[in-house]
Amino acid sequence: MSELPNLTPALPEIFMAAVAMALLMVGVFMKAEAKTVTRTVSYLATGAMILALLLVTTFSTQAGTTFNGLFITGTFSAFAKVLILGASALTLLMSRDFFDRVNVSRFEYPILAILATLGMMMMVSANDLIALYMGLELQSLSLYVMASIMRNDLRSTESGLKYFVLGALASGMLLYGSSLVYGFAGTTNFEVMADIFANQHGVHGPSTGLIFGIVFVMVGLAFKVSAVPFHMWTPDVYEGAPTPVTAFFAAAPKVAALSLFISVMVGAFGELAGQWQQIIIFVSVASMALGAFAAVAQTNIKRLMAYSSIGNVGYMLIGLAVAGSVASGAETQQSGIESMLVYLTIYVIMTLGTFGCILAMKRNGQNVENISDLAGLSKSNPLMAAALAIFMFSMAGIPPLAGFFGKLYVFLAALEAGLVTLAVLGVLTSVVGCFYYIRLIKIMYFDDTEEALDRKVGTEINMVVAAAAIVILAFFIYPSLITDGAAAAAASLFAG
Amino acid sequence: MFEIGLAHYLSLAAILFTLGVLGIFLNRKNMIVILMSVELILLAVNINLVSFSSFLGDLVGQVFSIFVLTVAAAEAAIGLAILVVFFRNRGSIAVEDINAMKG
Repeated sequence: MSELPNLTPALPEIFMAAVAMALLMVGVFMKAEAKTVTRTVSYLATGAMILALLLVTTFSTQAGTTFNGLFITGTFSAFAKVLILGASALTLLMSRDFFDRVNVSRFEYPILAILATLGMMMMVSANDLIALYMGLELQSLSLYVMASIMRNDLRSTESGLKYFVLGALASGMLLYGSSLVYGFAGTTNFEVMADIFANQHGVHGPSTGLIFGIVFVMVGLAFKVSAVPFHMWTPDVYEGAPTPVTAFFAAAPKVAALSLFISVMVGAFGELAGQWQQIIIFVSVASMALGAFAAVAQTNIKRLMAYSSIGNVGYMLIGLAVAGSVASGAETQQSGIESMLVYLTIYVIMTLGTFGCILAMKRNGQNVENISDLAGLSKSNPLMAAALAIFMFSMAGIPPLAGFFGKLYVFLAALEAGLVTLAVLGVLTSVVGCFYYIRLIKIMYFDDTEEALDRKVGTEINMVVAAAAIVILAFFIYPSLITDGAAAAAASLFAG
Repeated sequence: MFEIGLAHYLSLAAILFTLGVLGIFLNRKNMIVILMSVELILLAVNINLVSFSSFLGDLVGQVFSIFVLTVAAAEAAIGLAILVVFFRNRGSIAVEDINAMKG
């Protein structure tokens, strides 16, 4: 009999799982009004996420494995987990106001958020195809339900249904790829796989079956990060899901899926970079282009944010393409991942802030989500307008805001690796992207409206928006706060 | 005698997988058919995993397929639940009626 494994590296995950079950009990047995129960569970869930964040920084930063090598910790996964937990906790905090207003008191919502977050933490810590699949499904299944949480609303349920069908297809593709990789590599463990590929490399190239498997795995992961050509679910799901859920979708799951993409591609298939680098380059260019051009015609701000997130994923994948250019040396590859992580962090902060502003968009207590509804915001709520302007300028990549540096690092890494075309295309599409970001600012500051948006905004939303705006504004003073963490995380990926 | 080897199992799985994917994309009628196609994809994966496991003499593949079965059950339950709430709002589960949002 084998003895009990050392569970310390997985302590934050075990804590989250226990909290999810405990809060379910609280929700079921607490004798109070539905609204009070939901609020209590929601605050407790936020608190639990912050506690888990502290646990991650205490227990999961050292390199370690548990559960027979299925689960791995280290600087890289700790970095991603801190981002995931922070983003989840903040989106949960911002959602309370919305659900109070539309009178949907479902204490299941924060519990589903915890389970989804737990799935994301499993994803970034996965060191094995089985662990990867379990984490991904735990996350996805919770997200499908979250999208359709307003079960009397046609658009919410429809977005849940669309997300489910396409998400299930993506999981199926990923799984089919995993089965082929397992068959042709003979193992499901990422580290063993990397060893096998490293030793086989000179003898004979990878078998066709293995390449097929890798391509299928990449298709599944591209679905989850919503990269072109597997993006079609994103606009509909973002538009149809309740706004707090959309905010949740846009932040934490993106971090998890992109980190997973990195750890699978660089960790397991790093030796075969020659096989997958062109695919990443294609996906990256296509995402940047579609994100820039398709967003121009949008009138719904959530749909606009969906295309914006597709474009941003394209920029981040440049970093992964750099990590796949073996010829330019380990240092350049590492800088690719580092720039990608910096971009990811800045993207999450900008997204949280922007969705805070979108959640604050309401007229006579009703949420509105058309871009034209922003008209006159500079007069009715100058601070909110200024914050949204900061986020939009930052997304457009105007210096000295954080978004500019995110793009700069990514493009510099691409140049370093000799991917000049990719960098040039990135700059060109970001110029196109400027158009629709700055159009929002024009509408806020120069268009007039008869009926302004409500001035009253929830306290939590104000706090999150203000904090995000300050970070975006002040990033250039202390960039090392983010870049040091990203550098350490990227280095830990290439150390082993 | 005709010998059934790994290639036959893999071909079977590949055919089932393709049928599943085609079922999702070509089907214009009913959402239930899409759910069935998803199951077909997962079963194709299981055939792959089990045949590889037996061929390699390695148990991990069979463990994997047990996990896949479990998750497939959860996935079907959640998919049907979402389908039911959608039906209550829309009054139809025809694929062409899932059109409240363009795209």
